[in-house]
Amino acid sequence: MEKKGWDGFEIGAMLRTFDGAVRDIATTLPENRPYSQSSSFTASVADWRIEKPLFNKDYCIDCQFCWVYCPDMSIISRDKKMIGIDFDHCKGCGICVEVCPTNPKSLLMFPEQKDEESALAEWPKKEKKADTEVKED
Amino acid sequence: MADTIELRDIEVWDGNMAASQALRQVQVDVVAAYPITPSTPIVEGYAGFKANGYVDGEFVMTESEHGAMSCCIGAAAAGGRVATATSSQGFALMLETLYSASGMRLPIVLNLVNRAIGAPLNVNGDHSDMYMGRDSGWIQFGAYSPQEAYDLNFIAFKVSEDHDVRLPAIVNQDGFMTSHTAQGVHTLSDEVAYNFVGDYKPMNDMLDLDHPVTHGVQTEEDWHFEHKARQQHALMTAVLPKIQAAFDDFEKLSGRKYNIVESYNMDDAEVAVVCMGTSVETAREVAEEMRTQHGIKAGVIGIRVFRPWPLEQIAAALKDVKAIGALDRSSPHGAMGALFNELSGSLFNTETKAVLTNYIYGLGGRDLTKAHLVGIFTELKANADALKPTTPLQQYIGLRGPKLSFF
Repeated sequence: MEKKGWDGFEIGAMLRTFDGAVRDIATTLPENRPYSQSSSFTASVADWRIEKPLFNKDYCIDCQFCWVYCPDMSIISRDKKMIGIDFDHCKGCGICVEVCPTNPKSLLMFPEQKDEESALAEWPKKEKKADTEVKED
Repeated sequence: MADTIELRDIEVWDGNMAASQALRQVQVDVVAAYPITPSTPIVEGYAGFKANGYVDGEFVMTESEHGAMSCCIGAAAAGGRVATATSSQGFALMLETLYSASGMRLPIVLNLVNRAIGAPLNVNGDHSDMYMGRDSGWIQFGAYSPQEAYDLNFIAFKVSEDHDVRLPAIVNQDGFMTSHTAQGVHTLSDEVAYNFVGDYKPMNDMLDLDHPVTHGVQTEEDWHFEHKARQQHALMTAVLPKIQAAFDDFEKLSGRKYNIVESYNMDDAEVAVVCMGTSVETAREVAEEMRTQHGIKAGVIGIRVFRPWPLEQIAAALKDVKAIGALDRSSPHGAMGALFNELSGSLFNTETKAVLTNYIYGLGGRDLTKAHLVGIFTELKANADALKPTTPLQQYIGLRGPKLSFF
């Protein structure tokens, strides 16, 4: 944030979420909202993360579990389709990976420096279910 | 719409009823309270007004004084006119939240009915609670009588809610001596009283849904200092002129004149005592008698505004006296009394050569008698004649057992 002097901000331990007035904010997509500089939406906390989730859309069934369970609203979903991850706010907690029900998982944790292309290249294959049939001898 | 009450021009009210009626007349939106002696009748009376349809706002009974002030903070941040009352231990329990209220720049009016702080447990009046709040960032007014407790509530709302101020305000009155002593109180009609304070004008309120705000944010070494500086700047520059303007407006309305520093018989005074609360009225009477019966030119300075401390006005009021007695009604616990220190700070860089001494009196409701004050003025006269202290710097007044004094 811009470093203002003691007389350069509004009084009170108070921050505005938006620049100017907002209406129908609930039906406005986050990227279209006039978030202020002091809103946490405009601040990146990417450096809190040491591992990151990566998304493989080949296996995603758009169940929205990751979107529901993400504690930081960092799963970006539009029209109930998983689009990707907000890496400015994702803390790398791994909950999205934990709740992903597909086989193989459509979200996996990787080291922060891992590039997406090589991660996708080495994505695990579908695991065969353990053979549950009782074999007769 | 709340019913109005047709008040007589003069009502017989104690300080608690006077404060309670003032809260009703300004139509507070939220009173959140946890009753404690001797301030209980203020919120009890207000709850009665609410129950009987004389108040439109909410009355919230909380689980503690900490909860009461926390509720007041929430309601003020939401955008309402807010008030409460407390005393002593209750004020002590509120203390953490008092700093939140002032730091968040929320205009809340707190009627503080001054009472000793235990141990030993004591319900009677002294200024320990008032002193405890002196660094909390609240404006502090001092009333010496039920009339003043009534009037200063209107002043407090008007100054506190001003958008150039936005700081909470305490109206102090002495426990029992003011709060439970009925006197004639000149009233304002409901309409005149309300119009003096005016409609509440919200600022950065949480219920303004088109402009969402986060109140009570965290700042560390990067911003905390700037916020505190802003608060100190408002206290030091904006508040006293606003108080003076409110006093002027109130005088036009009611004929009752208040001053930031109350001076009595000070024009040619050689010696003066500086005190607060009901002691001011006793001291005025004795100062008059010192002149007529003892030939001592005695004056009295009453502290009307304890915070922000009116340093320049105090220094000006005391510039010509030769001896000053600072009367502190709180145990300083290991230091000189707060008034002594404030006066020292106000006078040190001035031309004055006045002798300043400190008297500790009235703890836990012990009376300050006229005889005590005659003794004090007589000692001050000896200091004035000698141009140096003829007594120890700090003396206890009205204490049983051997004389107690320090330095």
